[in-house]
Amino acid sequence: MATQDVHAATLDHAHAAGHGHDHHDDHDEHHEQSFIRKYVFSEDHKIIAKQFLITGLLWALLGGALSMLFRLQLGFPNMDWTWLKPVLGNWIVDNKLDPNFYLAMVTMHGTIMVFFVLTAGLSGTFSNFLIPLQVGARDMASGFLNMLSYWFFFISSALMLISLFIETGPASGGWVIYPPLSALPQAMPGSGMGMTLWLTSMAIFIASSLLGSINYISTVINLRTRGMTFTRMPLTIWAFFLTAVIGILSFPVLFSAALLLIFDRSFGTSFYLSEIYINGQPLDNMGGSPILFQHLFWFLGHPEVYIVLLPALGITSEVIATMSRKPIFGYRAMIGSMIVIAFLSFIVWAHHMFVTGMNPFLGTIFMFLTLIIAVPSAVKAFNYITTLWRGNIIFTPAMLFSIGLVSLFISGGLTGIALGNSAIDIQLHDTYFVVAHFHLVMGSASFFGMMAGVYHWFPKMFGRMMNEKLGYIHFWMTFAGVYLVFFPMHYIGISGFPRRYYSFTSYDTFNMYQDLNSFISVAAIITFSSQLIFGFNFFYSIFRGRRATQNPWLSNSLEWTAPINAGHGNWVGAIPNVYRWPYDYSKPGHALDYIPQNVPHWETVESNLDHENDLIAFEREMEAEALADPQSAH
Amino acid sequence: MATATVAKPVDKIWNGGVEPLKASYGKLMMWFFLLSDTFTFGALLIFYGFSRFAHPAYVGKLDDYTASQAWWPVPDKVFNGLPFVHGANLPLVFVGIMTFILIMSSVTMVLAVEAGHRMDRNDVQKWMLWTLLGGACFLGCQAWEWTHFIHGSDAGALVNGKIVHGASLARNEYGPPLFADLFFFITGFHGFHVFSGVLLNFLIFYQTVMGKFQSEVGHYEMVEKVGLYWHFVDLVWVFVFTFFYLI
Repeated sequence: MATQDVHAATLDHAHAAGHGHDHHDDHDEHHEQSFIRKYVFSEDHKIIAKQFLITGLLWALLGGALSMLFRLQLGFPNMDWTWLKPVLGNWIVDNKLDPNFYLAMVTMHGTIMVFFVLTAGLSGTFSNFLIPLQVGARDMASGFLNMLSYWFFFISSALMLISLFIETGPASGGWVIYPPLSALPQAMPGSGMGMTLWLTSMAIFIASSLLGSINYISTVINLRTRGMTFTRMPLTIWAFFLTAVIGILSFPVLFSAALLLIFDRSFGTSFYLSEIYINGQPLDNMGGSPILFQHLFWFLGHPEVYIVLLPALGITSEVIATMSRKPIFGYRAMIGSMIVIAFLSFIVWAHHMFVTGMNPFLGTIFMFLTLIIAVPSAVKAFNYITTLWRGNIIFTPAMLFSIGLVSLFISGGLTGIALGNSAIDIQLHDTYFVVAHFHLVMGSASFFGMMAGVYHWFPKMFGRMMNEKLGYIHFWMTFAGVYLVFFPMHYIGISGFPRRYYSFTSYDTFNMYQDLNSFISVAAIITFSSQLIFGFNFFYSIFRGRRATQNPWLSNSLEWTAPINAGHGNWVGAIPNVYRWPYDYSKPGHALDYIPQNVPHWETVESNLDHENDLIAFEREMEAEALADPQSAH
Repeated sequence: MATATVAKPVDKIWNGGVEPLKASYGKLMMWFFLLSDTFTFGALLIFYGFSRFAHPAYVGKLDDYTASQAWWPVPDKVFNGLPFVHGANLPLVFVGIMTFILIMSSVTMVLAVEAGHRMDRNDVQKWMLWTLLGGACFLGCQAWEWTHFIHGSDAGALVNGKIVHGASLARNEYGPPLFADLFFFITGFHGFHVFSGVLLNFLIFYQTVMGKFQSEVGHYEMVEKVGLYWHFVDLVWVFVFTFFYLI
């Protein structure tokens, strides 16, 4: 593109004037690093992002495989498990699955998916990859802390993985690890060593998340390139920024709760324990309150939902605008709704606790605050739809997954309105209705966002394209599969099936839904199998995919101005300046249907609006400043 | 369409290419870490608050006070010891001294930061050393305070039919076990922060002595960053002190 070439020439000129500045020295020099520094203990945000992504995908495979096992148990309670003996060993007792291991699998599936896949795997990957590239920075503010963030995550992952293989099994008290069940090793096998490993692993995970988050925020605030105002940032960056803010403020509370639980478990304190008989033996513990743990847990737990979801929503905003070839509808409303969601996420936690015996009046307040979240969520849903409306839609796999996210976000969100009611929740609490709700709106929606991100930014990450045909097959099987799995679950939930039960066959009430449970299990197995198509596509395309062009989606944001397979430092020469927002798609008057952010308004006179012509003088000034002082723009 | 998105470049601070808050990324990171840590301590102190109000308070005249499992202890009657004065009844005197030392070490930290701005290496050394000393003294005092709390009074108190001296994580002479649990956990967690701070301060002191900031780095911003942490630890102590000793 002509404008870009001219621009690149000026940038090279700027580069010749000198480089290096106070805290990112010599990023654009091509000195060879050892393999270990380049790919293992790398400080390059792009490598770290790929480390997070691949670790996250492996975790997703494991977490998904666990769900296959317990779906087998639920769908086919009379199944002979002998054939799985080589894998599960002593967890198969008399050709049946050990109930304790069933609980362990449910717990680990939740923990893995929420924290390791959709927090570290999603936010860790795309915040790391996209923040420096999209705001125009050479790297994260601190590459070293960023590296630590990944390796803390790695240690935490290793501990969690080890806990799957110990004799008493991993943590089994549910991913919410409520005491006293989780606090007393004698309560169940999973509350022994497995729980200790769980808590240790999570404490390290929180440190990793904190290191990542303070880096993301500092980078967004301090390292934006010239012209990148907050209202010119892609919505992805806004989403990652707010996600990091939520993480910084909510994870430390889980940290406190976990530390206190560690003391209760290992050092004989009574923070969460009071007046307990176990196996006929009274315990000494007096005065503690298990409800307090739930408050502390959900003070993280609820914001965590948005830590998981916001990055996916940000990715979707970017993909939908690009692939509809239209500006995102209501850019500021999108930012505003994310800020409101981030704020509200901190004051609704007790809607997870309506049936803990809390004051009904307090329940009403939390219900009211919870239902308000429907407003910014609806704003987002409508903005996605209006962006799609009469767009010149290109159905890439990323676009399909983004539209799929919108669909799941709406259908899962609607049941949230029902669950948020403190009165209705009495019936629905801890049933499969809850399971269906959060798997649609948080689990599947976020997973779809993650998939959209992988398909969309794969060419930027690996310089190659993923196979589209396999992408379409992956999408349609997943999309249909997710609905076939989770829609029937609502029905089962309304009729009262409780979560986390090993088997329903001994209850006449629940017996009648056995066929529905079998149906769900079959659908789940098909959905899971289709993920293997993605896995093949992903790893095959890294090495054998079609080579990507520099800007395959004709996108506006800055990452596509960096070279294919960019080295550490992202841009050769000076970092581009930014002159416009990232959503100038199909702008009337312009010859092409997109105008990248680094194209100044003086080059697009034919499509400028009146007030944009007024900006030209200022842009010339900025250009001159950049030429005179190339190193000050990070 | 685009009217809402192209901002007039009025203030250049937020336009990119500059540090809008006039602070380096390192300082920002320290601030965000402290914000996060605030929530950790916040959670713990709120936990204390709820536990405190879940137990009945002592009603009656202070002179008639006796320790009991039935009510939350009165701090004046628990923290009334002083080193070298056995059996003294000097409520909050020792913790007052501790608090004074910690606050003074914050003052000397301010002076170290100020000396850093002047690029006065000798003064930075001097004030960092005083700060180190203050931190170490505070930790020493806390060690004595804990020892005193663990050993308890000569008489002890009757708990579940047994005479108990002092407190541990499982039993407590002064009142409900939760009081001792929270005391050990929260002051211990704060003490760990002070300890980390002393280590950081020592590192910076050492680098100052070796002349790293004066010649290699060219500024004393690291002193400012650990200073932020040190003031935070001090501020948290004010709250911990209020919760455990005053209320």
